[in-house]
Amino acid sequence: MTNEQKMIVQAASEIAQDFQPDYWRKKDKNHEYPVDFWKTLVEAGFVGIVIPEEYGGSEMGMFEMMLAMETLTSESCGLAGMWFLCLTSVFGGLSIVKHGNDQQKEKYLPQIAKGMEFCLALTEPDAGTNTLNTQTAAVRSGDEFVINGRKTFISGADRAKGMLLVTRTTPLEETSKRTFGLSLFLVDLPNPAVEVNPIEKHGINYSKTCDVFITDLKVPKENILGVEEKGWHLVLDTLNPERMSFSAAAGGIGLLAIRTAVDYANQRKVFGVPIGTHQAIQFPLAEAKAKIEAARLLNYQASWLYDKGQPCGAKANMAKVIAVEAGIQGVYHSMQTLGGYGYAVEYDIERWWREVNVIRLAPVTHQMALAFIGEHVLGLPKSY
Amino acid sequence: MDVIVCVKHVPETAEAEIKIDATEKSIEKSGLVFDINEWDDYALEEAVQIKEKHGGTVTAITIGPEDADSTLRKCLARGADNAIRLTDPKFEGSDSYAIAKILHKAVKDLPFNILLTGALAGDDGYTATGPILATLLGISHVTMVKKIGLNGDLVKVNRELEGGLEEQVEVKLPAVLTIQTGINEPRYVSIMGIRKAMQKEIKVLGLAEIGLGENEVGEAGSWIRIKKMYVPPVEKQAEFLDGNPEEVAGKIADIIKARGLV
Repeated sequence: MTNEQKMIVQAASEIAQDFQPDYWRKKDKNHEYPVDFWKTLVEAGFVGIVIPEEYGGSEMGMFEMMLAMETLTSESCGLAGMWFLCLTSVFGGLSIVKHGNDQQKEKYLPQIAKGMEFCLALTEPDAGTNTLNTQTAAVRSGDEFVINGRKTFISGADRAKGMLLVTRTTPLEETSKRTFGLSLFLVDLPNPAVEVNPIEKHGINYSKTCDVFITDLKVPKENILGVEEKGWHLVLDTLNPERMSFSAAAGGIGLLAIRTAVDYANQRKVFGVPIGTHQAIQFPLAEAKAKIEAARLLNYQASWLYDKGQPCGAKANMAKVIAVEAGIQGVYHSMQTLGGYGYAVEYDIERWWREVNVIRLAPVTHQMALAFIGEHVLGLPKSY
Repeated sequence: MDVIVCVKHVPETAEAEIKIDATEKSIEKSGLVFDINEWDDYALEEAVQIKEKHGGTVTAITIGPEDADSTLRKCLARGADNAIRLTDPKFEGSDSYAIAKILHKAVKDLPFNILLTGALAGDDGYTATGPILATLLGISHVTMVKKIGLNGDLVKVNRELEGGLEEQVEVKLPAVLTIQTGINEPRYVSIMGIRKAMQKEIKVLGLAEIGLGENEVGEAGSWIRIKKMYVPPVEKQAEFLDGNPEEVAGKIADIIKARGLV
């Protein structure tokens, strides 16, 4: 790492020290949004890491963003150390940096750097993994588009002031190629045409994930991000760093749980010795740690390629596969190490277990990441 | 209002396992994480707040090897304008007096209104550097500062005393103030600050450049020499008394009498 990158890690570490697990335990239990945490990230410039200096950011890359996410996650914050930065800085900031025109950059990027929250409206009831099956339709009407449709699992939609909305401007059945016809819109929220209903969920209760109903939403054509009809290729520039973010969180949560388990195993004595003496405790934790460190390196490689503008999908998906397996293994065996206390809310492992499990489902299921590797890395036939 | 803040790059030892090194005069530093001395962290924040309120510049100074640049970079990232690192192998073994002499040579020709430093060094526990430096500069000093109120060429300062007391004193500028923790809330290092810090130069000065001789620094130039550093032996802290309640009560009475407590 460069000295600058080391300083980012140190700066993130100092923030993490002030947002310890008991803070997140309370936020999760009370379903409270962490206002002060977000304010801190904004004021300390973490939200603007990927935003150019001329728009109020510090013009760094996804690699630096991942260092920040990893540190916040692994040192105390759990999934929250990645979550809010991903929603706003990756979905909003990075997408506009990559594909926004000058007017869009001027309108949104300085606001995002100052903490304007964003969300990505991609998933639909019949278009989760199969994004090309998006049904939300944007129909041209003069100088604007009228959009109708339903999105689901849209995290942060309840608070966001900006939304990156994935639509079809040409229905799937009318396109010559399946990947054509998708268009991305920048939508200002709240808007009476956009109804947001939170979905009750298993964890991450300090942030809401929502159903979003869109009825006759009128958006000027100037709000199209990038090129109309070619949204599929553009959105990949958002989905790959999203994978990297979640991989960073999987490893981070695993490391956080393992550290907690190691502290416990060094102190807890049964039959006269610390339980950490036993290889039945040591080996699973050691194995998870080794795998997490390997996943981190692969994820660094993915983000480095992304920052260089090179194809990164293969590395991003492979990193995601091993990061989620290793992260889950780390939390699983940490819970086992703590025994009954691992199941007690007070010891946080159960919360990290709820958090790490979302990463085998989102942003893409474990199986679909494997399918990507099978097809695009190994050269096997398309399996779905 | 130009401010100089003297900071120290120290190992974080609160939760680390400390070992004495082979010289028996210092601790084993490999593997320890270094950061800005906690008291200096508050001094830096105070310096930056003075600059933000009254204008001027902040210059951060440290003594140490190249590793100490990370502490200076932190100062630059948090709002310092300039950074100077004083370094020479001969500085090793310097006490507060020798450190103050080194700092004095470095700052005496710099323009400043206030010189801040931490009230205490977290590693060696020295508290005298600030007052000695003020004496060498021929200016006033105030220690254990909890509040600073600037008024023209005067500064009204609250000092922390024992027992929760504070006293207020007024001194003429320029002055040296040694800062107590809790005087402010040090800000986080910002990402934009880091970017700016990396673009700034750290001025590095050695023994000859600051105009001191070899015998004026290090052990040779110090009043205090460390003879030995050691981990105090753990003594028996508790004694368990066996027996029934009457027997235990009798033993307690004997111990109290034997120690002359009754």
